[in-house]
Amino acid sequence: MSQIKVAVHKFSSCDGCQLAFLNLGADLLLLADLVDIKHFAEAGVVDESVHVNVAFVEGSVSTNKERQRIVEVRKNTDYLITIGACATSGGIQALRNMNDGKAWIEAVYAKPEYIDSLDKVLPIAECVKVDFELWGCPVSSEQIVTTIRSLLSGVTPKDNTEKVCMECKRKNNVCTLVTKGDPCLGPVTKAGCGAICPSFGRACYACYGPASHANTASLSQRLIGIGLTTTQVSEQFQLFNNNAPQFKRASDEVLRK
Amino acid sequence: MTEKKINIRVPVLARVEGEGALEIDIENNQITHLKLKIFEPPRLFEKLLEGRHYSEVPDIVARICGICPVAYQMSAVHAFESLFETKISPWVNDMRRLFYCGEWIESHALHIHLLAAPDFLGYESAPAMAKDYPLEVRRGVEIQAIGNDIIRLLGGRSVHPVGVKVGGFHHAPKAEDVNALLEKLKEKLPAVEEMLRWCSTLTLPSNEQEFVSVALCDEKMYPMNQGNVISSEGLDLSIDNYQTVFKEHHEAHSTALFSLMSGRPYLVGPLARLNLNVNQLPDHIKSIIATSGISFPSNNMYHSLFARAVEILYGFLESIRILQTYAKPETPYSLVKVKAGVAYGCTEAPRGVLWHRYEVDEEGLITSATIIPPTSQNQARMEEDLRNSLNLTGLDRKEDDIRFQAEQIVRNYDPCISCATHFLDLRINRR
Ligand code: SF4
Repeated sequence: MSQIKVAVHKFSSCDGCQLAFLNLGADLLLLADLVDIKHFAEAGVVDESVHVNVAFVEGSVSTNKERQRIVEVRKNTDYLITIGACATSGGIQALRNMNDGKAWIEAVYAKPEYIDSLDKVLPIAECVKVDFELWGCPVSSEQIVTTIRSLLSGVTPKDNTEKVCMECKRKNNVCTLVTKGDPCLGPVTKAGCGAICPSFGRACYACYGPASHANTASLSQRLIGIGLTTTQVSEQFQLFNNNAPQFKRASDEVLRK
Repeated sequence: MTEKKINIRVPVLARVEGEGALEIDIENNQITHLKLKIFEPPRLFEKLLEGRHYSEVPDIVARICGICPVAYQMSAVHAFESLFETKISPWVNDMRRLFYCGEWIESHALHIHLLAAPDFLGYESAPAMAKDYPLEVRRGVEIQAIGNDIIRLLGGRSVHPVGVKVGGFHHAPKAEDVNALLEKLKEKLPAVEEMLRWCSTLTLPSNEQEFVSVALCDEKMYPMNQGNVISSEGLDLSIDNYQTVFKEHHEAHSTALFSLMSGRPYLVGPLARLNLNVNQLPDHIKSIIATSGISFPSNNMYHSLFARAVEILYGFLESIRILQTYAKPETPYSLVKVKAGVAYGCTEAPRGVLWHRYEVDEEGLITSATIIPPTSQNQARMEEDLRNSLNLTGLDRKEDDIRFQAEQIVRNYDPCISCATHFLDLRINRR
């Protein structure tokens, strides 16, 4: 049987999502036997332009050079999977899209003319076709392994469609929103993290991105009800997935109030 | 002499985290141009922190680096607590030390086994090396996994853990989880000592050179969360005076800012830490070092690898010590009272001194932020090392040799590409 060929590419990111591979422990060695890793710079395998069956992409597109690179990555793969908030929705750095990105660069760098930077930070899907998205900041090793398992058995990978609230229920967590009046985003956030924040007694901050059919309007109402200002509510949505359409809309809507 | 002109290009330097470029021009066997370029697609954290509430900062700055999020969280919480004059309980201090041990273990084990060892043993990658060194690589990734377990105990997950807050932790671990982890650590301890011995047997090229080491110094223990900034030349500075001596500037060829100490390069990281704090190590580790044939302070840059291994063992011993006396506290955090002013925090990230400065208004909102990561501090030192080492070994060699040596030199610093998304692309122009 010929192995599936895999590449892991990095764009503007913190490298945290590729750690879902490198933190697999002894399973990393198993994985290296199961699939043929053709490009994964941090792991020492470099062949950017080789054709692969599956490309995992971490990070957002924020420079001209990255914009050209992602087109090449797309050309060289049959199937493209974004891993993490940066690749899937633009990540925390997309906050500059709502501000004056150019002025920001001028403020940080003494010689801004040397900085190659697009006006906006783009999620991968705004540049090329994406076949499957994994959400999370960061994605977990479990998500990666489940996806690879599906691919190995010829099944289209499936996404988690639940909300964090469901994971909380299953873990018998006490609801932080109801009992403590904390601004928890669990009701509108995609499941997959294992509800780690509510399990620690803190509010979910939506690092797994918007759940499908998320009722952000009524959550915003509730957050105002527990005493947050409209600016504070909008900031809840403007974090690691600020550029995801549902969260952007939710933030805009609450600011119009 | 025959005229030769050669360009070598390595589009992606492997086994570093991130993206950078290296350009070397050689004329008549002399280096005429040498630049280490770091292309950090600007993510502009310092700007996007403005206007955010101090309580959000630990989670936001974690996203600068997936490999050392704990370090970013620790420098941030210490900054705010010192400004707000928050009293931190001994339990919180212990847990933070434990948390940091987890990150040192994870990050150092990853570097030694997946990034560095293949260089010294002649392999392209760790999976390739695992074919001939299955035990060593497996042992390495298992040690790395325990580092991650420690972070998970307090943080829920190992990358961007969610347990930290200004004042302490959101949550105190259960005794049964603590005991399970303690057992694991004790069971793995002999393997860690073997790993340390193994690292001392690796043939590390000799690379003696003059450099200044800079690290924190904590009078009571090996430095992690607190202390003054000291150097091998006798500097002793409180962290709020850091910018009087250390200055960042922007060079056209890099998106990471260069930091210099009174205008000169310096070293931060495990080797610098060990060079300045070796006396703080427990006798048990000192005796292992004594039989290794390596001694500290050391001027051989390649001893960085061994220094990382020493710190892994130290991380294990510290974690065991802390967990053995674990008791669940009444509350895992202290309450915080906001005060306007300037907040300074500085801790020892796996790769060295990580300095933060925040201006905070009376509502607790950030009005200005400056973050100086270890990699921008080591950037000038890396260039200096490249120049010295390549000259010392001689330049009348095959490009492949020079390129390999240059890559190995850079990798040895474990440049934190996540703190500055680097892309190493080596080009040698020879005339
Ligand atoms: S999504 Fe989060 S964890 Fe993943 S690369 Fe981006 S910042 Fe890092």
